[in-house]
Amino acid sequence: MTTTTKTARQKAEKTDAGADYFVVGEEIADAKAPAGPIEQKWAKRKFEAKLVNPANRRKLTVIIVGTGLAGGAAAASLGEAGYNVLNFCYQDSPRRAHSIAAQGGINAAKNYRNDNDSTFRLFYDTVKGGDYRARETNVYRLAEVSANIIDQCVAQGVPFAREYGGLLDNRSFGGVQVQRTFYARGQTGQQLLIGAYQALERQVAAGTVKMYARHEMLELIVVDGRARGIVTRDMVTGAIESHYADAVVLATGGYGNVFFLSTNAMGCNVTATWRAHRKGAYFGNPCYTQIHPTCIPVHGETQSKLTLMSESLRNDGRIWVPKRAEDCDKDPRQIAEADRDYYLERIYPAFGNLVPRDIASRQAKNMCDEGRGVGPAVKEFDHEGNERMVRRGVYLDFADAIGRLGKDGVAARYGNLFDMYAQITGENPYETPMRIYPAVHYTMGGLWVDYDLSSNIPGLYVTGEANFSDHGANRLGASALMQGLADGYFVLPNTINDYLAGAPFEKIDDTHPAAAEALASVKGRIEALLSVNGTRTVDSFHKELGHIMWEYCGMERTEEGLKTAIAKIDELREEFWRDVKVTGVNEDFNQTLERAGRVADFFELGRLMCVDALHRRESCGGHFRAESQTEDGEALRHDDEFLYVGAWEFTGTGEKPVLHKEPLEYNFIELKQRSYK
Amino acid sequence: MNVTLRVWRQANASSEGRMVTYQVQDVSPDMSFLEMLDLLNEDLTVKGEEPVAFDHDCREGICGMCGVVINGTAHGRGNSPVPTTTCQLHMRSFEDGAVIDVEPWRAGPFPVIKDLVVDRGAFDRIIQAGGYVSVNTGAAPDAHANAVGKLKADRAFDAATCIGCGACVAACPNSSGMLFTAAKITHLAMLPQGQPERKLRIKNMIAQHDSEGFGGCTNIGECAEVCPKQIPFDTISQLNRDLIASLFSRDGK
Amino acid sequence: MAVTGLIMIGFLLMHMYGNLKMFLGAEAFDHYAEWLKGDILYPLVPKGWFIWIFRAVMVASVVLHMYSAITLWKRAMDANPSAYQVKKQLAQTYSARTMRWGGIILAGLLIFHLAQFTVHSALVAGAYTTPYEMVVGEFRIWWMVLLYAIWIATVCMHVRHGFWSAFATLGANTSAKARAVLNGCAWAVALLLYIGFMIMPVAVFFGWIN
Repeated sequence: MTTTTKTARQKAEKTDAGADYFVVGEEIADAKAPAGPIEQKWAKRKFEAKLVNPANRRKLTVIIVGTGLAGGAAAASLGEAGYNVLNFCYQDSPRRAHSIAAQGGINAAKNYRNDNDSTFRLFYDTVKGGDYRARETNVYRLAEVSANIIDQCVAQGVPFAREYGGLLDNRSFGGVQVQRTFYARGQTGQQLLIGAYQALERQVAAGTVKMYARHEMLELIVVDGRARGIVTRDMVTGAIESHYADAVVLATGGYGNVFFLSTNAMGCNVTATWRAHRKGAYFGNPCYTQIHPTCIPVHGETQSKLTLMSESLRNDGRIWVPKRAEDCDKDPRQIAEADRDYYLERIYPAFGNLVPRDIASRQAKNMCDEGRGVGPAVKEFDHEGNERMVRRGVYLDFADAIGRLGKDGVAARYGNLFDMYAQITGENPYETPMRIYPAVHYTMGGLWVDYDLSSNIPGLYVTGEANFSDHGANRLGASALMQGLADGYFVLPNTINDYLAGAPFEKIDDTHPAAAEALASVKGRIEALLSVNGTRTVDSFHKELGHIMWEYCGMERTEEGLKTAIAKIDELREEFWRDVKVTGVNEDFNQTLERAGRVADFFELGRLMCVDALHRRESCGGHFRAESQTEDGEALRHDDEFLYVGAWEFTGTGEKPVLHKEPLEYNFIELKQRSYK
Repeated sequence: MNVTLRVWRQANASSEGRMVTYQVQDVSPDMSFLEMLDLLNEDLTVKGEEPVAFDHDCREGICGMCGVVINGTAHGRGNSPVPTTTCQLHMRSFEDGAVIDVEPWRAGPFPVIKDLVVDRGAFDRIIQAGGYVSVNTGAAPDAHANAVGKLKADRAFDAATCIGCGACVAACPNSSGMLFTAAKITHLAMLPQGQPERKLRIKNMIAQHDSEGFGGCTNIGECAEVCPKQIPFDTISQLNRDLIASLFSRDGK
Repeated sequence: MAVTGLIMIGFLLMHMYGNLKMFLGAEAFDHYAEWLKGDILYPLVPKGWFIWIFRAVMVASVVLHMYSAITLWKRAMDANPSAYQVKKQLAQTYSARTMRWGGIILAGLLIFHLAQFTVHSALVAGAYTTPYEMVVGEFRIWWMVLLYAIWIATVCMHVRHGFWSAFATLGANTSAKARAVLNGCAWAVALLLYIGFMIMPVAVFFGWIN
């Protein structure tokens, strides 16, 4: 199937939608990827990049914010190379970064299974999985270095799953037809992170990396157009400090917590990248979020976070809701087969329960919106702002599977997931069907970077989930870990030298006007938060923002809804600065103050996400615009209009952001529209 | 349900702490223990009082950041039917009207920062002393260069699941960090990649463990009992075995 | 700690075996007592030296054992300066919990025991002519039997945890199964020692030996 031509009505909308919300600026391009065949680009780039003499490296300082796969790996690698690295994290130890929570696995084009896998196939699958909204050059390189990642991790002692012969096991993951996923039980992220953490601690011991735990980055210092440092808050003492360097790397993860409820850790936030954005770094594709269909549903208003269960559950579980809304509070076992609606099997007979993540998620929402959800009813606000109680859950039923495989057979495949479900919900999934609901899981958007992972601010590099680069509009399963480690171990250490070869730069200290301004703005902001002394808690604002984002900028987006959301966010943001209550003082361990600062930035990010979603009048990957669907209700891309990266420039709070388009060129892969019917 | 909390409040490392009693109302049995503390904190904030500080992050039992002693046991293991982190302990494990004592990890090497928050930097320093394989990025051979027998690979994995939460130290009557140290020793000792530095690693890690001020192991077993990841108690014996071997080895220092 | 502990457990087993010679009559027991101080290892060492070498090893074991224990105790105290308001143990056995104070109590009674039967300065029943008479004399006293019943109980509890712990420290706890086996052995040794040590004084008290 090829791109459908758009209707006259859609054309008419094009002119006015968004004009009130943004300005279109100049087009941009990635200037760093060399010309030539795609399989030679990376080697060519590595050859052309300027080098730094090993003896000079220790005179150069690099700040790295974040200690997850992308940050920890980069800090260790640059430390090994001999640079003077300052590494920051908000947790009490670098080992706690949220990369640790990834369960499934990591892809690598090793072709250990002799099943037609190759660098090109991994490249192809990743571009296709991203719904043709990723840059070809970056993705090819990702596939190219993927094999080295596995070698590196094994050498570090990462205990990947092995077969009896002692060699590494592989499995198929995320709907691809080759077995290229390496895994470590259900804890692949943890094991990979511990590998990177050990390499990092080795460099801390060697003195090449200085670790700052419990430090949160609150501002980027830009001097003469170059990123030269950051301002941090010591989360124990409250001390506001400036740190200077020749280059700054942000590896601060995704921003899924803008939805309040997500599978992200409680501390995950956008502040570091948002502060950089405010200083001039472009934000790429902020509206691309991935929503995962098999999470444990919300139990009530006090829910603080959502827990993901591997989507492998959909291989054997059948998803259904009652046909009639009045059956929803019945014991599911009492609902007759004829009264159940196996809606995915009904709507998508070919793929059934194995439709892609975004479709499974959206249909679950549709069922609940129709009033046929199950489980506890949760308080929500409808489009008019009225309170309502909605059941947010659908059944994932293993009764058939238990009949076919026996309880032991099901336990052998999913035992740990069933145990996890039982521990969290207190229900026995062997007896009553599981309840699941989609949850925000990953954000493909992030700061815009070129082939070198450099943002548009010279000296500011962005790696891992924090950048926008490799996943397009949707991410393939088991690719997040791959990207984080590829960036950290193999890409950044071979590109940042090209910039650092021009260093050392002018020496700066606290007296430099740009540094003093950054420090003062951080202090002023903290003071402002503490002085509001209103009546509402930070969390109550965050939850309300989350509701707005989930409702209007979640699984299904409409022009009208997004405009409503923008108005609501503006209103809420204004109320926040008027009525938030932040207890305590700055000069203390103050978790309320930490959260307040993060939520303040989430308001601004949330608004930009809505603007981006509003301007992209097509459905692609994780972004579904209700106005852009086929007659069958499927996502419909508009490659003629939207085959570009939307990179946003900040112009001021309340000002219209400027959209810079980076056109996407597909020279090696043919564009196709997907179909799952 | 309603519960009464007796929570350790301590303004900072140098001040005296004390137990303070709070009532928490409208607790749902489906809440996690930390969500119950969130509820208390929302209430305190609205009243203008300072919320209770506690460490937490992933809230799905894997990052190792959370951890408090509940009713005298680390992570509330005494109340939970299964090994758990604090974030995965749910209020259905308590009865309506229960009185629950909440304290921070208490051990010399884990000084209290505030309320229920402690500094576990000592663990990072033990890893720095040798809890790694010295391989620079890019210097790795092919992943299949070394085969690892399934049994050893599994044993390495069992030890590698340690999340560094510190419950073992909190529960140990000697405040020993031996289970944590042993988990890393065993993880790397079972793998071919860990062999070249095996003897040196154990000497350096034990020396760091001792100099941090952790107590010695007297094989009581509280650590493994509260461990949310069920790190096997026998890793400590593996550590001892390697330590003895290292005393007779020229590999070591 | 582990090595000295195991040396002492070895000694206790030998000592117990020697005590049981009481059941073979006065001649056998007295001859055994004589032999201990006689020509063991002769002519490698002069006659009578063995017992002093043996005593030196035992004293060294006791001193090193106590030194290690005090060091461990001190480290634990330093590591845990502020006690919990509420603390519950989940895995600790009674014997493990009482290792330290139990150790002190049994060491105190050890001094009395040595004064009584080795140095002979604390004999309660008065003078005797042979070791056999001495033992019979002392254990005819009811409270002496009771005292030894309590003391040996503290010793055996110490052995119960100590035996398992020593092997664990030496690296023998290689799996959950090994742990169960070692703990089983610890119980067996502790019970064997208790029965083995107490059967003789009880027999004396009830006049089965006289």
